[in-house]
This record gives sequence, structure tokens and C-alpha cells, in this order.
Amino acid sequence: MENNAKFLTETALRISGVNPRKCMKCGKCSGTCPNYDAMEYHPHQFVAMVEKGQIEKLMQSKSIYLCLSCMACVERCPRGVEPGKLVEAVRLMQIRQQDKNHKGARDIPEFADESVPQQLLMAAMRKYRK
Amino acid sequence: MQKIGVFVCWCGSNIAATVDVEAVAEAVKNEPGVVFSANYQYMCSAAGQKLIQDAIHEHHLTGIVVCSCSPRMHEATFRKTAESAGLNPYMVEIANIREQCSWIHKDKEEATAKAIVLAKAAISKLRNDTPLQAGTSAVTKRCLVIGGGIAGIQTALDVADAGYEVDIVEQRPTIGGRMAQLDKTFPTLDCAACILTPKMVEASQNEKINIISYAKVEKVSGFVGSFKATIRKKARFVDETKCTGCSLCTTKCPSRKGKNEFNMNLDNRGAIYIPFAQAIPNVAVIDPEQCIKLKTGKCGLCEKVCSAGAINYKQEDELIEREYGAIVVATGFKPIDPSPLNEFGYADNADVVTSLEFERLMNAAGPTKGTLLRPSDGKHPKTIVFIQCVGSRCEENTKRGKPYCSKICCMYTAKHAMLVREKYPDTDVHVFYIDVRTPGKNFDEFYRRAAEQYGVDYIKGMVGKVAKEGDKLMVQGSDLINNEQVHIAADMVVLATAIEPDPTARSIGTMLTASMDTNDFFTEAHPKLRPVESPTAGIFLSGVAQGPKDIPETVAQAGAAASKVIGLLAKDHLVTNPCVAQSNELMCNGCSQCEKVCPYGAITYVEKEVRGPGVREVRRVAQVNPAVCQGCGACTVTCPSGAMDLKGFSNKQILAEVDAICRW
Amino acid sequence: MIYSYYPGCTLKDRAKQLDICARKSAEALGITLQELPNWQCCGAVYPQVTDEIASRLSAVRALQSAEGGKLVTMCSACHHVLKRTAYDWNADENFRTKAANYLAEDGGYDGATEVVHFLEVLRDEVGFDELKKKVVNPLTGRKIGAFYGCMVLRPGKVLAFDDPENPTIIEDFIKAIGATPVKYPYRNECCGAYVALEDKGSAEHQVDRALNSAMDAGCDELITACPLCMYNLVENATAHKLPVKYFTELLAEALGVKEG
Repeated sequence: MENNAKFLTETALRISGVNPRKCMKCGKCSGTCPNYDAMEYHPHQFVAMVEKGQIEKLMQSKSIYLCLSCMACVERCPRGVEPGKLVEAVRLMQIRQQDKNHKGARDIPEFADESVPQQLLMAAMRKYRK
Repeated sequence: MQKIGVFVCWCGSNIAATVDVEAVAEAVKNEPGVVFSANYQYMCSAAGQKLIQDAIHEHHLTGIVVCSCSPRMHEATFRKTAESAGLNPYMVEIANIREQCSWIHKDKEEATAKAIVLAKAAISKLRNDTPLQAGTSAVTKRCLVIGGGIAGIQTALDVADAGYEVDIVEQRPTIGGRMAQLDKTFPTLDCAACILTPKMVEASQNEKINIISYAKVEKVSGFVGSFKATIRKKARFVDETKCTGCSLCTTKCPSRKGKNEFNMNLDNRGAIYIPFAQAIPNVAVIDPEQCIKLKTGKCGLCEKVCSAGAINYKQEDELIEREYGAIVVATGFKPIDPSPLNEFGYADNADVVTSLEFERLMNAAGPTKGTLLRPSDGKHPKTIVFIQCVGSRCEENTKRGKPYCSKICCMYTAKHAMLVREKYPDTDVHVFYIDVRTPGKNFDEFYRRAAEQYGVDYIKGMVGKVAKEGDKLMVQGSDLINNEQVHIAADMVVLATAIEPDPTARSIGTMLTASMDTNDFFTEAHPKLRPVESPTAGIFLSGVAQGPKDIPETVAQAGAAASKVIGLLAKDHLVTNPCVAQSNELMCNGCSQCEKVCPYGAITYVEKEVRGPGVREVRRVAQVNPAVCQGCGACTVTCPSGAMDLKGFSNKQILAEVDAICRW
Repeated sequence: MIYSYYPGCTLKDRAKQLDICARKSAEALGITLQELPNWQCCGAVYPQVTDEIASRLSAVRALQSAEGGKLVTMCSACHHVLKRTAYDWNADENFRTKAANYLAEDGGYDGATEVVHFLEVLRDEVGFDELKKKVVNPLTGRKIGAFYGCMVLRPGKVLAFDDPENPTIIEDFIKAIGATPVKYPYRNECCGAYVALEDKGSAEHQVDRALNSAMDAGCDELITACPLCMYNLVENATAHKLPVKYFTELLAEALGVKEG
């Protein structure tokens, strides 16, 4: 693994607390994911790709903004790997970089109408930007 | 003064790689009493044993210390070595420098220092050793088998075949166990009943075998060769000697609310019932929870129709006390309840069934008479999804099931899939699997046949959600090979549920002081070399009680357990452990503490005249029955006046060891 | 019974009914909900990584402000964030130490505050049997489905709210107010969450599936505890529509304290 990939892997593992070695590759996370079809990389791939050091691909994928954070994979993983935490970690690693906010306050009017609850806006901003 | 020889074993590199064995031999050379020390590559080998024997002769040794592996491994070996060289076998001490030293340390210098200390402790103990003589105890030539499934039946048949009496105690009203509930068996697809029921009949007709059904073992005392068991035979409310098994009563019984346990509760039975047509004993039983007569005093229909006059509403539980030389645990298993894993929808949908329920739905004697029909609406399922590893292979902290592989599910699922495709070729069958595990004779060929010849669709992935929609079950799962999420509209979903020990196993284990693992499977005395014996002498293991197994393995293990039982019962006497407690009557103050803590009932109190320097009086003192004492030492640490001592492990000997270690 | 109460931002605006009906119902049940003074946003989402400290601080301030008593929440998201933060404070030394440093000037927090959802109060403190006795206007004959969503249930080990795969608390609540609960398989799945902002299609997919499931099982209406679920269920349903209410609205109705 080259140095940057190694650094990114270590960061993802450290901040997520996930140990991908516990994965037995059963695919239950991707079997239970409600937003599977919208995602380019699927929950089981997050686990496998982080283990293989392929984090940059994940960071650049839209998939990190399509995880619903519903924690179904976290709850149902039979090995306690909890893939959703890895998705969160990779997403944060992406947006914590300079100028890498996915969306900001100025984007809100484009998306939000008056029925959107505050909770949604707050949640989205927490997910999309530093 | 003793003449002690010290023998340091390398155990190949097991010890020698971490402990400087030469330094150990050198360091103890000048310990008081030591006249000889040596090291050798494998002390337990013939050459190593000869080295010991030669030294005993040459140096007229009075005792030996072997620095080697755990005494559990080779203490008996070296005692025999010493005995054949003319030494008393109890003048042998083992310093465990493998499990307690080389295997758990990395630093050679520190490990060597520790090994020297352990050797010195053993030498100090040996200086206080005295020769001991083993006694004998008689063997009761009867065997108790707990559990009457295929494991218990096979063990009983084999033990009886050798001429010994066997009692099978079965908790259900009939023997036969789980195998009786199965439809076909892998990998040959012969019908389970066709191969099991002849064995059940054989057991019932064997003069040496006594089947005690609808019963449980309530209490066990004693020790190897001489156990005493109390068995509670529950009231059937039917006289076994009179009932002919005509089953007329079962058809007339007006109570139909009792769940039919034999059919995995998929249909109901009468309050009076015979579990299945080939039940043994073929005798009816009344479920007191369901019987109208027993609950309200009214009805009595079964009594009226019984021409044999076998019904007895006043029957009571019967207690049977009997002695046994050996006890076999064959308590078997049950499938786990998959309700908590409700992403699979078992709790909410009648058409999501466990594999054992599916066996009953496929069985000619089952609730659907062998026609595969959905429990919800009695329709033929056209699409069936099988899900493997439900509740197996789960990390313990997730609380989503068992940490182990249940071992039999891959094969029975292949069997189910194949049987469905054979019987109903228009039915689509999908199997979600994580791995397909088929290590067994003709097993992988069987699985491949299911996929290749029968067109079973094997999907590498796991199901994440089963949801009812209309009259379909929408199965959402991953297909990892295609990297896609699949959605299958199924008519039926079959969960290959993990298996777990029968719920009675834990209490039986406690009763027998037989050790169990964290999953409540019985532990074997050695995982490789003594797989059918419990570490508790005289207790043997048969079938799934020890760990997940299929039928051929169970039968093989049941036979192995029987051969161990036969080996034990063939002896008239057992050599008893001479390391038993003894009471110093002069010091005993008659407090009874030791009697209370003794788990074997080996201590009694007597009034007797005690004589000693300046003492001559009649006192109440403890006496140990050496035939019953197992040398556990509970009394010696309980005794407030230091009157109890354990031969071979006296307070003096143990303190000598402690002193040696503290001098380090 | 007096409890500290954390309403959260959405309950002051888009989800006013969730709050208003809760307060009225509480009063009718003899429960006093004392709104925490100067509460701040809970953080809206719980950051699932260990090194996000600052985003959990406002939750800790709420816990601190409740002074070791029971802190009642109404909104699923607030409940989720507050309960998980309370758990972290006691279970994760790294978080506790760092968060305590931030909060040093405002006085300490001893980890004693217990976060409870109002539904838990109804189940565990009032008791559904007692609640039933206080119902003056039983919602007899109404077939109601519970939409749990994710945030009150998962992760089950931390939330300890109900069985995450087979929850019954809202069904039991529905029974207590005299209506007929209808169970359906998608009641504990996601509504589409915040992703709705950017990818309406994802939310529509989740909502249509959930509503289809609920209607298939025979629900005539749904109730929820979550403003985000409410938004998605109402605004992003394309195939079917079902009336959706906050659970407190029906509670107030059953207790006869709802206006109009």
C-alpha cells in the first residue's frame, strides 16, 4: 500500500472504530441496505475496499452522500463490523478537506421548500459540510 | 534423606525454544536431596523413559521430578515409568514448565528463571512425599443413558450388545429424538423413519435395555463405577403395562388445543396422544395441561373407550433409584428460536418456517401428509427461498445468535432444495449462502447435484429483510457475485436455524459435575484424543450434546462412547486415587464443617475414644470414607483446626512448594 | 411526576403539534414537563465517529442542564442524539475527557442524566394500563400503523428503547388509546432521511415502499414520533397517500385535550 492510502486507511479505521477483519463477507449489510440501488459502492464494498486501502475511490464517490444513516447494516451485521460507521468515517474524511464541502448554506434555497423541517436542514448540513 | 533425580524435557522446541533446559538441569543439581539431573529431547518417548529408569536403578533414586508438560498430559505416563523401575508411583512430581511457562512467556531468560523456580518447588514437595498405596472400588455393571435420540439409542444398543444392562431415560413420551422428526437424510436421501424405527424397536426388544420414557434424571451422586441416580418418571395417566397402543382414545379425545410438539407445533393433538405412529413405547400419554377430566373432573371419554382399562387419572409420578457404573450424556439439541431476528419475519409470518418445521411439512406423517403446502393458506408454494446461517456464526457481542457453525445446515438445505425440485419441478428454489460447507463423504457431490442436476439457484449473499406483501413474501438480499441487490417474491421462506443444546443440558451438566463450554455443549476430556469422555470420570458424551453433528457422526461417536463404557464396565474393580483426605482425630474438634462442604458425602462423624499424649476421652470426630472421597480438598481448606489433610497434597507439602517459590 | 423536557428546534416550528399535544396530554396525565432553560440544538445527527467531539457538546450541555434527572424527549432525532451522547459520556473515556475540557467553565457533568422518550414515560412510568383508564375519547375502530423509523430503535444496544427488529411500544400505545394497531414489516425501516434534500428519488423509494407495506397490511393512518419521517411520509409519497399524525396528536385526542 502506498503511503497516502495507508494513512487514509489508518484514519478511517481509527475514527470509525471499525475492524474490517471481523467481516465474514456474508453480504447481509448489502442485503439489508434500503438505498442499495442508488449507491455506486455498497455497504459490503466499503468494508472490503477500506481493508484493501482503496479509500480514495470511496471518498470521491457519491455513495457517501447516499447512505441514509439508517443503521440497518449496523444493527443487523452478524459479526459486529457495522459498515455504516465506515461510510460515515469516509464521508467525514472527504468533507474535512479544504474546499470539499458537499453542500453549504447557500445551496439550501435550491432544494428546500417551506415544508422542510429544521431537523432535516440541520442534519443535511452536518452531513454535507464541515 | 531422599535421593532425588530431576529430568528436564525439551518437548522438542515447545519448551527448549523458550527455556534454557540445560541451565535448568544445571541449576537444580545442587538442591538438597538431588543426586542426579539430566535433560532430554522427549522425556515421554521410550528412550526418555529408559533414561529415567536407568537413573533410578543406577543412583538408587527414591523419587523423581520431571520438568515437562502439564501433569494432565503425562503424569500417569511417568508414574508408570517409575513404578516399573521399582519406585512407588506417588514419588513422582511434575513441574509444569510448558503450559505454565514456555508457552506463555516470550523472554527466554525470564522463562528459564521461572522454570528453575518451578523445578525447585517440585523438589521441595518431593522431599515431603511419602509412598501411597491405591485402593480399589467395585464397579456397578449398569449404564445410564440420558436421552433417547439416535445417539442414546446407538450407545445403548452397543453397550447392551456387550452384555451390560442399560437404562435409557428420555424426557419425551417416546424415544427417537430429533431424527424421528426428519423426513429424508443426506447424502443418501433414505427416509429417516425407515432407518431409525428398526433401531428403536431393537432397543425396546433388547432384554438388556430398559427404556424409561417421559422421565428425567433428578439427582446423581457417587462417582465413577458407583453412581446413584434418582429418576422421576412423570405420570402418563396411562398404565404402560395395559395400554396396547390402539390409539382409539386419541381419536375420541374432545380436547384439540394441545400443540403437537412432534410436528413442531404446526398442528394440534388431543390431550391424550401418542406422539407418532411408531412411538416407543407405543403407549398413550395424557397432557394434564389440556385434559378436560384432569382440569375440571368432567369428560372421562378416553377411560370409557379404552377396552384395556389402561387409563388411570390418579396415576402419580414415580421415583426410581438405581445404581450405575457409567453415565452417558446424549441430551441432543433443538433449533434456536429465530423470532428475535425478525428481519427474517419469522415472528410475523406463518410461511416463514424453520428447517425442522419444513421437515415436518415434507414428511408423509406430518401435518400436510407429505404434500408441501404453505401453513398460512394451504397453497402449494411456487417459489421458495432458503436462508442459511440464521443465528449461526455470529460474533457474541452482537447478540444475534451463536458464535459457532451449526455444521448440518448446508447439507440439509441442499437436501430440502433437492427434494422440492424433485417432487415439484415447477417450483423455483433459491438458496442464500455465505459459504457452502460440505466436508463429509459424498457431501460435496450431493450439494453439486442440487445445483447442477436439480437447478437449485445458489446465491452467494445474505438476506437482509423479509416482508409480507399481499400473499407473497418479499425477500431482499445481496447477490455478491453479481454485486446487486435481489428482490424475490417468494411463497415460502425456510430459515436454516442454528442448533443449540437441549435446554435441559445445563442442569444435567451441573448435576453430573461435567464441564460445559459457554454454549452449553459438554466439554470433552481432550478435544482430540479423548473426544467421547467428559473430564469427570465415568461420564461419557454421545451426539450433539458435545457439539453439532450430523447423523453418521453421531452414530460413530455414540459407538465410541459405548466402547468406553464397555471398557469401564468390563472391570470388576477400579483402582482408586490414594490422594484422599484423612482426619487427624486428635486435632478434630467435631465442628462438622467438613461434612457440610464435602460434595461426595465421604465424611461422617463418629463418637469414639481418642487417645494421644495427655488425652484420653470419647469425642465426636470426622472420618473419611476413602472409597468415596475424590480428593477435591474442600474439607482441608475448610477445617478450622487443621485436622483435615489430603494425602499427596498435605499442607506441609504445599507449604514447602510455596516456600521454595518465595525464596526466589 | 416532574421531568425536564427537551423539545428541540423542529418542535418549535414545523412540528408544533408534536410539542403542543405532548404538553397538553402530559398535563392531563399529571405529568409536568419542565422545558430546559436555554437549550441549544441537539446536533441533529449523531456523528458515528469517535473523533467528533464538538458536534456532541450541545447534547452534553442539555444533559448537564437536566442535572442528573430524567430528561424527556419527543423528537426521534433529538432522542437519538441525546441518548447516544449520554451513553458515550459514560462508556467512552476519550470523549468524556475531551468534552469535559470544553465544558469546564460551565461546571461539570456527572453522567447521571437519563434520557427517556415520552413514549417510554408512557410505557414505563405512567403504564399503558393506567393510560387506558384515563382515555375519555377512545379511538375505537381506527386501524393505525406505527412508523418507527430508525432513530428511536437503532442501535438497539445503546437506544434500549424496544426490540429493534420487533418493536411493540407504539402498537401498545395505540391499543391503550383504544384504536387497533396494525403491524407491517416496513415499520422499522428508513423514511429516506436527510438524503431527501438532495436525492428526492431515494426518499420517494423508501416512502412508497413503507406506505405500500402499511396499506397492504390494512393501515388507514400512520403515526410517528419523528418530524423527519413525517416530512418524508407526507411530502415524498408518490404512489399512495396515508394520513400521518404525530403520536401525541392522537394521545391528546384520546385524552380529550386536543383543540378544535
